[in-house]
Amino acid sequence: MTWFASPADAAERLGAVGYLADPATATTTFLAGALEKPMLVEGPAGVGKTELAKAVARATGAELVRLQCYEGLDEARALYEWNYKKQLLRIQASGNDQEWSATHDDIFTEEFLLTRPLLTAIRREEPTVLLIDEVDKTDVEVEGLLLEVLSDFQVTIPELGTIEALRRPLVVLTSNASRELSEAVKRRCLYLHLDYPDAEREREIVASQVPDLDDRVAEQLVATVGRLRELELKKAPSIAESVDWARTLIALEIRDLDDKAVNDTLGVVLKHASDHERAIRELRLKK
Amino acid sequence: MNQPERPHRSGLVDRHISFLEALRGAGMSVSLAEDLDAIAALTALEWSDRSVIHDAYAATLLKRQAQRPTFDALFDLYFPRLVGEGARAPDGSSDEAGEGEGVRDNAQALQAFQAELLDALSQDDQQRLVQLAAEMVGRFGAMPGRGPGLSSWSAYTALQRVSPQELVDQIVSALLAQGRNDDEAQRVAGRRVGAFTRQVEDDARRRIAEEKGPDHVANVAIRPSIDRLDFTSARRSDLEEMRREIYPLARRLASRLTQEHHARRRGPLDFRRTVRASMSTGGVPLVTHHKPKRPHRTELVVLCDVSGSVANFAQFTLLLVFALRDQFHKVRAFTFIDHVHEVTHHFKPGADVADVMIELAASTAHAALWGRTNYGRALTKFEEDHGDALGPKSSLLILGDARSNYSDLHADVLQRLAGTARHAWWLNPEAARHWGTGDSAAPTYGAIVDMVECRNLTQLGEFVHDLAG
Repeated sequence: MTWFASPADAAERLGAVGYLADPATATTTFLAGALEKPMLVEGPAGVGKTELAKAVARATGAELVRLQCYEGLDEARALYEWNYKKQLLRIQASGNDQEWSATHDDIFTEEFLLTRPLLTAIRREEPTVLLIDEVDKTDVEVEGLLLEVLSDFQVTIPELGTIEALRRPLVVLTSNASRELSEAVKRRCLYLHLDYPDAEREREIVASQVPDLDDRVAEQLVATVGRLRELELKKAPSIAESVDWARTLIALEIRDLDDKAVNDTLGVVLKHASDHERAIRELRLKK
Repeated sequence: MNQPERPHRSGLVDRHISFLEALRGAGMSVSLAEDLDAIAALTALEWSDRSVIHDAYAATLLKRQAQRPTFDALFDLYFPRLVGEGARAPDGSSDEAGEGEGVRDNAQALQAFQAELLDALSQDDQQRLVQLAAEMVGRFGAMPGRGPGLSSWSAYTALQRVSPQELVDQIVSALLAQGRNDDEAQRVAGRRVGAFTRQVEDDARRRIAEEKGPDHVANVAIRPSIDRLDFTSARRSDLEEMRREIYPLARRLASRLTQEHHARRRGPLDFRRTVRASMSTGGVPLVTHHKPKRPHRTELVVLCDVSGSVANFAQFTLLLVFALRDQFHKVRAFTFIDHVHEVTHHFKPGADVADVMIELAASTAHAALWGRTNYGRALTKFEEDHGDALGPKSSLLILGDARSNYSDLHADVLQRLAGTARHAWWLNPEAARHWGTGDSAAPTYGAIVDMVECRNLTQLGEFVHDLAG
């Protein structure tokens, strides 16, 4: 199956499900489908990395299989695990009359296999989007595990043999770049850096996510966020924060984003005390 | 792709290969596999739009955002946006192109151009700015050569003539009229002029590449990416960019350190707990238990030269060390030129980076008596006033280029200081090949403490990581 017909098609279909992609994102997404290569998405928190994978799944009608990475993630929770308890029960239930070899063949079958996200994604026959979220949080060993999956789309289980993908999933890896990924993983992926959008696109995103927001307020909001990003902050506000802010303004029924309104709701966008002080000082907000 | 049996080659593959070569030359690791990926990507796409090609190359060849500026610059060289003056509609000035410099480049034209540039910069009209940059190099940056193919282009000349820096004040007032406050307007104006300067330089590179071939330009004119840029050769805009890098760098280092600490957390075998746990499995020790390892944290004393030549380097190192302060037991920082001044109190937890920088710069005055770097005096003063800062648990870190204006080096004082501390390092922002030249006392001091070359953010990050690890 082809995922998208062209970059323009990708942009259009992602847009239809509420993800406004810039040209680079659309091109890379199209290439990920066309070349059947995983896509590594990097960028600051809250610019829509995870959302991209979800949007691709929605746009193509594929199912999303998600592997959330964390420190200490291992094979048993990423790939597959044998269901020991069930195997034990099986051995006990068979009693003494069965040959060991027969039992052995019996307990290492599909029935006792617990598939985890990576194996699930590979074995699915329907179109699948595999999201490997925050891959930089894992240990280096897990990267080695990913290599086989990412390059050949196959998993080797010693007792069952090699399982190959019936249909290659579209893989999206996201990373906050808190750790440099190994060259081997990067080489197998298409690289996409998502950054803060320009004002025009951000306004469209806010408008599509929060349709109730007044156009004029949306413009003020995007302009203010743009000005905040120009300051030297510890954590610049991202799209997620802009959208949150828009929702806050709706909830508080603020019709005009003046200095007082900004000052009152600044906590939604800036999460560090020093950033707060700096913003108030630089934007000349009245206390 | 490459079809050797056909006598007419389009040159596309050659260009592709030399582009990749240039990327490799600029320090990016582009393997054969990525090369093939790029080709596959290009065949899957339509070539109607230059930006699509750019995005496809970026997706397949780039692996790191820090390499993006280098990549973009090289892409512009090998796949230029336009050739020569481009296909712009001929206006008055380009009609006269053949008539020599006098007509195209006169005071009147300059004034008109400046006015137009000011307008575009105030509006932040990107498309027009790109055109103006091309026009500016074409008109004001041409350096007539002795023969055909020898003429050249100079961004420097063009910038000197038009001097967009002088427009800053006017842009500021235009921005103020748009309702920004003055600090912000200053900053925005500075940034826009800086960006335009870069565009002009890019365009000059593009034109030179057209005449001399992109390979020639790629070899000489591409600046290293920001994490490999020397502290000493950084421009003002680079410094700002570097400062923005400090915090992410510190976070990356911190998470790497935490992970490594966790990996090494298992200490020696806890025999009692292992045996007790084995009771539940019939005396077979299935799971071993280990004593937790005591993390040891370094106590750090930083002594930095803040004289003009190395001030930036010292500030970056201080910021990075303090951003990582929870990886150390305790950090104390002193600055000196020829006198020592403690600056630890400027680094409050969670303090704003920019504020700290300003305070540090302001406190530089305390570190100088006569204002000429004197390492010997500074070391002696440090020993007299703050000798108690160093103990057997602390590590001493000295930052500076060891250029002491031929004064008395007091190597014996450094010897004593290094002897008191658990370990002592000297970070030198100069390339190792310059150590010992001129008034550099690097060999003398280097014989007493470990002297490490630390020229860019990558080297700095590696050193601080090893220090905390």
